[in-house]
Amino acid sequence: MPAVSKGDGMRGLAVFISDIRNCKSKEAEIKRINKELANIRSKFKGDKALDGYSKKKYVCKLLFIFLLGHDIDFGHMEAVNLLSSNKYTEKQIGYLFISVLVNSNSELIRLINNAIKNDLSSRNPTFMCLALHCIANVGSREMAEAFAGEIPRILVAGDTMDSVKQSAALCLLRLYKASPDLVLMGEWTSRVVHLLNDQHMGVVTAAISLITCLSSKNPDEFKTCVSLAVSRLSRIVSSASTDLQDYTYYFVPAPWLSCKLLRLLQCYPPPEDGAVKGRLVECLETILNKAQEPPKSKKVQHSNAKNAILFEAISLIIHYDSEPNLLVRACNQLGQFLQHRETNLRYLALESMCTLASSEFSHEAVKTHIETVINALKTERDVSVRQRAADLLYAMCDRSNAKQIVAEMLSYLETADYSIREEMVLKVAILAEKYAVDYSWYVDTILNLIRIAGDYVSEEVWYRVIQIVINRDDVQGYAAKTVFEALQAPACHENMVKVGGYILGEFGNLIAGDPRSSPLVQFNLLHSKFHLCSVPTRALLLSAYIKFINLFPETKATIQEVLRSDSQIRNSDVELQQRAVEYLKLSSIASTDVLATVLEEMPPFPERESSILAKLKKKKGPGAVSVELEDGKERGELNGGGDRGGDAAIAASNASTPSPSADLLGLRSAAPVSGVAPSAGSLLVDVFSEAGPAASSAGVNDDGFLSSTPPSAASEDPAPPLPESDELLNKFVCKNNGVLFENQLLQIGIKSEYRQNLGRMYLFYGNKTSVQFVSFSTTVSCPGELQSQLNVQTKTVEPLVEGGAQVQQVINIECLTDFIDAPLLNIKFRYGGALQNISLKLPVTINKFFQPTEMAAADFFQRWKQLSQPQQEAQKIFKASHGMDTEVLKAKLLGLGTALLENVDPNPENYVCAGVIQTKAQQVGCLLRLEPNAQAQPGEQMYRLTLRSSKDTVSQRVCDLLAEQF
Amino acid sequence: MQFMLLFSRQGKLRLQKWYVPLSDKERKKISRDLVQTILARKPKMCSFLEWRDLKIVYKRYASLYFCCAVEDQDNELITLEIIHRYVELLDKYFGSVCELDIIFNFEKAYFILDEFLLGGEAQETSKKNVLKAIEQADLLQEVRLLTDP
Repeated sequence: MPAVSKGDGMRGLAVFISDIRNCKSKEAEIKRINKELANIRSKFKGDKALDGYSKKKYVCKLLFIFLLGHDIDFGHMEAVNLLSSNKYTEKQIGYLFISVLVNSNSELIRLINNAIKNDLSSRNPTFMCLALHCIANVGSREMAEAFAGEIPRILVAGDTMDSVKQSAALCLLRLYKASPDLVLMGEWTSRVVHLLNDQHMGVVTAAISLITCLSSKNPDEFKTCVSLAVSRLSRIVSSASTDLQDYTYYFVPAPWLSCKLLRLLQCYPPPEDGAVKGRLVECLETILNKAQEPPKSKKVQHSNAKNAILFEAISLIIHYDSEPNLLVRACNQLGQFLQHRETNLRYLALESMCTLASSEFSHEAVKTHIETVINALKTERDVSVRQRAADLLYAMCDRSNAKQIVAEMLSYLETADYSIREEMVLKVAILAEKYAVDYSWYVDTILNLIRIAGDYVSEEVWYRVIQIVINRDDVQGYAAKTVFEALQAPACHENMVKVGGYILGEFGNLIAGDPRSSPLVQFNLLHSKFHLCSVPTRALLLSAYIKFINLFPETKATIQEVLRSDSQIRNSDVELQQRAVEYLKLSSIASTDVLATVLEEMPPFPERESSILAKLKKKKGPGAVSVELEDGKERGELNGGGDRGGDAAIAASNASTPSPSADLLGLRSAAPVSGVAPSAGSLLVDVFSEAGPAASSAGVNDDGFLSSTPPSAASEDPAPPLPESDELLNKFVCKNNGVLFENQLLQIGIKSEYRQNLGRMYLFYGNKTSVQFVSFSTTVSCPGELQSQLNVQTKTVEPLVEGGAQVQQVINIECLTDFIDAPLLNIKFRYGGALQNISLKLPVTINKFFQPTEMAAADFFQRWKQLSQPQQEAQKIFKASHGMDTEVLKAKLLGLGTALLENVDPNPENYVCAGVIQTKAQQVGCLLRLEPNAQAQPGEQMYRLTLRSSKDTVSQRVCDLLAEQF
Repeated sequence: MQFMLLFSRQGKLRLQKWYVPLSDKERKKISRDLVQTILARKPKMCSFLEWRDLKIVYKRYASLYFCCAVEDQDNELITLEIIHRYVELLDKYFGSVCELDIIFNFEKAYFILDEFLLGGEAQETSKKNVLKAIEQADLLQEVRLLTDP
């Protein structure tokens, strides 16, 4: 029985809970619950009207049963009845039930909303709070629709009680998070911001969460909060530990509010006003000073609260990244924590230092802690702390300490927790590549990686080492020798066999002079691993063998015999069998010259973003690898390979794959990838008249190439598109010409024309400097499914752009079917030695393929009605971002490509348009209606945009595109 | 904060509060996964862990684990103290709270939490103010009881 039962305890409930607890088995529990459910059901169904108390008790029992994990499918109505009880305790249980269970039964929402409405207008603060808690707990769209207008009023009204204001603020926050379009602050903005000045600390504590969220979405509208927040913070920081009475927590004044204030300031750049900034810097210094003072209490709550503020202050300092003095002080403080006896503090210090490492002001200071961090990696008992240490080592790595850090990470890998191995492998691979001064070290590191953690070495990693070896002729001999030695080990990982097979196939000749690694020895070594390998590796080895025949004619007889054996030529795997047959035939009928051409050494890979880096980004999210110094200098020294390397590598070793464009012997499909002029290449390359393996990223479908080709590598972007590229894309939805991009070096202008499902785009690259751009190259790619939706062809541009000159590039576009994404344009060039790498979205949007259609009102409405299925319609209601000038609106709608139909809509304020989208696969008729409420106050002006078309994806896409235009 | 879970050493959920819309099925899966993960950790380990794209902050009080999921930019230490303040509130209300109090008076545990945190954010951090609100509500019940027949 309960130790305490305050208020009016429900005896029946307590007995029931005791019964459940006394159940010896799951079955007994279920039996008891079913009995209770039957009892409650009969009570609810019974003729006798239940009194409020019994209703409350049964609803509470149902809630308990639900929280035990059982389904509840009745009782909602009774709970809703309780809402309108005038007894607080019944109302409260009713609300609790609704808060926990309402998702599953929303047809009652109207009744619930009614009850809430009554309580909100009751002027009884306790009832109002209950109602607000319920809205905040449910947070559904229906509730936002019903109450988003009312709650701001309650929040700022002068006569609202403090406790109600607190609930209203957070209630509004929850609604805003769930349905931002329905919560319009407008006229309330300034009064909400001024809640930061409220006398009541609780009101400030609640309101600031709302203000922070709103500020992060609309920083300009809320920017007056910065100075208010700074002065509030300053008052708290300088107050004595007893000034704030009950808002002091273990001798720390208002820790929650302090953290929230510091968090709010992180939505903004450093204050421009000198006085405000001075005051803030003072606060931050005080916080750092306090960390050095002796603790006022030995309780962990005291130090936690104090350090919570300290870490939040350090986050702000890092966010500003402009005060070297504070950054270095922050780093020193964290350095002390690295050896703290509290595991929590060590963890947080490692985490926070990771971000400090990326600041130029504190990078060196972070580096001084390397020994401590390495020690943490070796000795921490908690894997999550070790993971943080590994992250920090990665972040603090640079040329000066790369060898030490990579060595430590490698040795850690031998014992690392399984959950973090793959990520560790990627990090080692990236660091080894990025800071490789001598490439033999790089090759050693990667081979070690495969040896230690072969299972966790993803394809990207071993593709990458091959790309680099192919691109650097100074390391090829060393690589061949090292891999040969590594293969001597009795048990070596399959990934090692792949790298070995590939490298010996290309560069085995470089070590063949030594009798210990003569061609036949090499071959026998590789072949001794053959039977242990999976099909893709065997396929790769077969390709290595045919390359051997070219490199070393003396191995021909031995290899032919292997190929001819039943286990190859009659292999049950189609791929292996075909390779064996074709390689055998190729080696017997082709002349030495033909053989040498077909099996020529791989050409260098084009320089691209490292595929490993892309993989790590995908794994961790873009923020997590922000420490990557992705500037041109670092990358430039690398002469790195391309992310297509792996594909091309496999493709090259894979001349026999049954691709529709390959002839039986695989001669033609081998040609382009082995560096022969592309004009002699396969159909695929002819279509996309771009040189070399790069062409394959321009939308060529790789189907038919070896199945082990990872799809991720095939669709990888060359470099992540600029963050603003979506905005740039929006600029061109309603127009075809203009400046697409501009920075200090380069301007890209654009002119485009579209007819039916075809388009032609002229790009003008202007060199704004007086220095020439060299190695200028551009690639257009269609990521993901866009490959099959758009056909994009480009002509290559001259690799040299003189200072002040402009070059032109023509792009032909064919729309195969409707699409959503935009093609990516990647531009690379060197300016004064530094590599520039820019990715943009090409403004090709589905509406470009509109043909305007004129029609009369009757026709329009008839078609409108025909397209009445819900999925054919897309609708958006949104706030006007610009004025509602009629001429501007008309121009934009015409720019969209549709016909603007006059005198069709009965309301002359509205606009209707019609057009047909032309794609190769089909034509999609599209009707549009735009309804402005021009009479509303500026700032409250809204549009409703409705699209109907015969295809749901088209309606949605055009609606999304157009909604950004007004 | 995205959600808060209270569970026993045996892995029984004692309280669950969700501040983001999730289906019942997802909630069950998340609770199961997390309870398992946290129970497997050793006592001296740190109170924070990365889990999916969230940060988990947890602490054990006697037989009960208190566990919060916060977003990436949220402050771990202050979340730890949120947990502690909630424990203090329960303790003050029930008078040295134990797991049984929360089992038998689960509705009170929810009411106290709603006064303290709303929508996943701290609404009122003053212990006095939160308890005052709860006590007023209790008073309201008793007054009603007295006046009702």
